[in-house]
Amino acid sequence: MTTEELLTILQGTFTDAIVGSKLSALQPWIQIAPNRTKEIGIFLRDEPSLQFNYLSCLSGVDYGNGMFGVVYHVNSTVLKHSIVLKVLIPRDNPHVQSVSAVWRTADWHEREAYDMFGIIFDEHPDLRRILLPDDWDGYPLRKDYQVQEFYHGIKVPY
Amino acid sequence: MGLLNYRFEHTNVILTSIDTLFNWARLSSLWQMQFGLACCAIEMMATSASHFDSMRFGVIPRATPRQTDVMFVAGTVTIKMAQRIKRLYDQMPEPRYVLSMGSCANCGGPYWEHGYHVLKGVDRIIPVDVYIPGCPPRPEALLEGIIKLQEKIRRESLAKKRS
Repeated sequence: MTTEELLTILQGTFTDAIVGSKLSALQPWIQIAPNRTKEIGIFLRDEPSLQFNYLSCLSGVDYGNGMFGVVYHVNSTVLKHSIVLKVLIPRDNPHVQSVSAVWRTADWHEREAYDMFGIIFDEHPDLRRILLPDDWDGYPLRKDYQVQEFYHGIKVPY
Repeated sequence: MGLLNYRFEHTNVILTSIDTLFNWARLSSLWQMQFGLACCAIEMMATSASHFDSMRFGVIPRATPRQTDVMFVAGTVTIKMAQRIKRLYDQMPEPRYVLSMGSCANCGGPYWEHGYHVLKGVDRIIPVDVYIPGCPPRPEALLEGIIKLQEKIRRESLAKKRS
């Protein structure tokens, strides 16, 4: 199933939650509302004609213009089709609904996006840092990140 | 070893100094604390395996710090791991030595500028005896590092403090 067909289905089911799309992109994507991701995820997973049972990647993005993003690459191992979903959120209030209840993979991926960008995933069961130490300052993949001078007495910069 | 050869002037009598004897014993059985952290660990494993056979030099890999003489820090030390390295180093019995293997452990290597999570040289937390350059160093380079450490131990003295 192509993204165009999927867009029609999603627009029919979730009129207001489908914010935008770009079908001419190399990987066509559909932009959805940040507070509706779980609902859309459950629909994509459970609808018999879609069966998106595999979240292959969930990434955080800092666009550098005051907006953060979350990108979902979802596949169906049964029907062999895929979809790219995007969410745009303001940098000063980065809240997205968690999809860890839909795809278990999202649990750690969302923790990584939180660790690197400080994006807060609402309803996540265990949102804490996954790679960096718990008491680390800042979010390293943000565009304006400045590394801390010392960490527990160890000098960090070169 | 050369140190004790041709010194058997009388039956059952060996003439040597305490320093030489102790140093010879210590440098001939350097038990290694394995600290493989990245790609350098692969070269360290190759050094222990049959082709390069570091056991020829008395280097036996151990999995616990309490049985070891020398720590091979082989690979990228992240700041999160640095605290564990310090703790394990503190558990090693003295006299203890540290062999820093590869660019990452020496100075941060390719992560020196943008690697916010990498410790820029393991010598920021523990004293290092031998630095081995390379990315990663060949097993021959690691063997040379072991030989350098043996030379260092051979020059040591019980009476004088370790520099």
